[in-house]
Amino acid sequence: MSLDQLYQQIILEHAKARHGSGLASATVPEDASSGQSHQLNPTCGDEITVRVSVAGGKVSELRWDGDGCSISMASASVLTELAEGMSVGELRTVIDSFREVLRSRGKVPADPEVLGDAAAFEGVSRYAARVKCAMLSWVAAEDALGQALAA
Amino acid sequence: MVATPAHLRRSATALGNEEVLRIRNDFPILQQHVNGKPLIYLDSGATSQNPLSVLEAEQEFYEQRNSAVHRGAHHLAVEATEAFENARETVADFVGAEWDELIWTSNATEGLNLLTYSFLNASLPGAAPEAARFALAPGDELVVTEMEHHANLIPWQELAARTGAVVKFIPIDDAGALDMDAAAGIIGPRTRVLAFTHASNVLGTINPVPALVALARSAGALVVLDACQSAPHLPLDVKALDVDFAVFSGHKMLAPTGIGALYGRSELLNAMPPFLTGGSMITTVTMERAGFLPSPQRFEAGTQRISQAVALAAAVNYLSETGMDRIHAWEAELGQRLVQGLESIPGIRVLGPAAGQERIGLAAFDVAGVHAHDVGQFLDSRGIAVRVGHHCAQPLHRRLGLTATTRASTYLYNTTDDVDAFLNAAADVRAYFQA
Repeated sequence: MSLDQLYQQIILEHAKARHGSGLASATVPEDASSGQSHQLNPTCGDEITVRVSVAGGKVSELRWDGDGCSISMASASVLTELAEGMSVGELRTVIDSFREVLRSRGKVPADPEVLGDAAAFEGVSRYAARVKCAMLSWVAAEDALGQALAA
Repeated sequence: MVATPAHLRRSATALGNEEVLRIRNDFPILQQHVNGKPLIYLDSGATSQNPLSVLEAEQEFYEQRNSAVHRGAHHLAVEATEAFENARETVADFVGAEWDELIWTSNATEGLNLLTYSFLNASLPGAAPEAARFALAPGDELVVTEMEHHANLIPWQELAARTGAVVKFIPIDDAGALDMDAAAGIIGPRTRVLAFTHASNVLGTINPVPALVALARSAGALVVLDACQSAPHLPLDVKALDVDFAVFSGHKMLAPTGIGALYGRSELLNAMPPFLTGGSMITTVTMERAGFLPSPQRFEAGTQRISQAVALAAAVNYLSETGMDRIHAWEAELGQRLVQGLESIPGIRVLGPAAGQERIGLAAFDVAGVHAHDVGQFLDSRGIAVRVGHHCAQPLHRRLGLTATTRASTYLYNTTDDVDAFLNAAADVRAYFQA
């Protein structure tokens, strides 16, 4: 497997664009309930804080602040674009699908219909050391979503 | 007159590429390809590779001598005990210690925990009178440095938390050198222990041991030396350095994992309370109490890492035969080549001493706009193995304004071609990631 299959162009672009980054300066949308989760990868020091806001059964906003490698930053950026506007159920389905692909060691192909741009992370599943990088923001979002719904 | 051990004799000449290419033939693992490229292993600072003589020593032990040591009257027990104790003498000699001053541990981390737990035991009610010199009380100070590996920081933090002692640290300057003026102010009458690394696993600096020992001596403090990055790479003589304790790990010096050593001055070791207790470390045992053997058995409860000790002795024999001063000189050249090359690449910041300043054969660096994990992945695609992350030195990275860096570290089996291939790849990183 070549490096370019891991670092697909779409990942490199998202790593720079960092959609949704800037949690500190964003306020929670009105009428939304929100939850926030901080996740750390102690082996490399990557960390991220994700806030998910829910209103009317839909994800009205996802914002995050983080510091990490291109895989973890691109993954948070892609997640933001996917999640906003989704129903709570849809986001859960997407997170489950992403986790299944990433933990499959290359055995489960990504379904672009479900995962959209996140399908580009399929190649990461072959790099055991990088799976955590890609999962970091998704684990945070799942936890934040649960808190938003419990709030 | 006592002959100078082989590894301490000055023979000034560094290894050269031709000799290194011969040395590489002794290391089967280095013959492989990774990602279609010849493996270039620049991660010996984390763990080193094993020459055939080490692998064979361990196999030979299991094929010919395997048995429990210090018990049993049968032939194999005698053979195993002899191999085990000969190994101790070999490794003790390698660092300038007496045989009974070298305690086997799993690694340097365990050696440091042995010390801190022993000092904790000395601080508890009911400790033996001779242990009083190690007992800590609220307000006592344990001094480390800002560049320590977590292994030489957290055990002291934990000891402090349990005894009321306070951990203080000697800061570094922007070039990664210890602030010795600050050290002179920090080390004082309340200082009980000064624990510091001989050579930094991140910065590559070699710390001024004599000056630090002098400060500790004037304060009456014990000196603990983390020799993880020095014992494998330069001639080490714990007596000449006049430290009280030193630790190192076998896997960083051509031996397998699971074996390391703690050096301690004999009179100190024999006054220290044991850390682990149980079989093999006792004199007389009743249902109520036990007497303890002197060092080294005092600190070696339970069945020991016998084959690994034998393998570590084979490793230090390999190093001694090559010549530690020659290895040191060669790696100093490689270290300079690393730093000079990295400093000439736009967007790369090397941590620690600038080119031309003394450093061991390693260089950690930051690439502007590219995370260390991505740098490491890119280098791996070229068959180059380096370490990425905080290198178990988070406070040091925080001091330098970084969370993660990439580190290339050499050993006696690296050529200048290895360094150059690494530098060529490092020069391509930012373009690949469009940084």
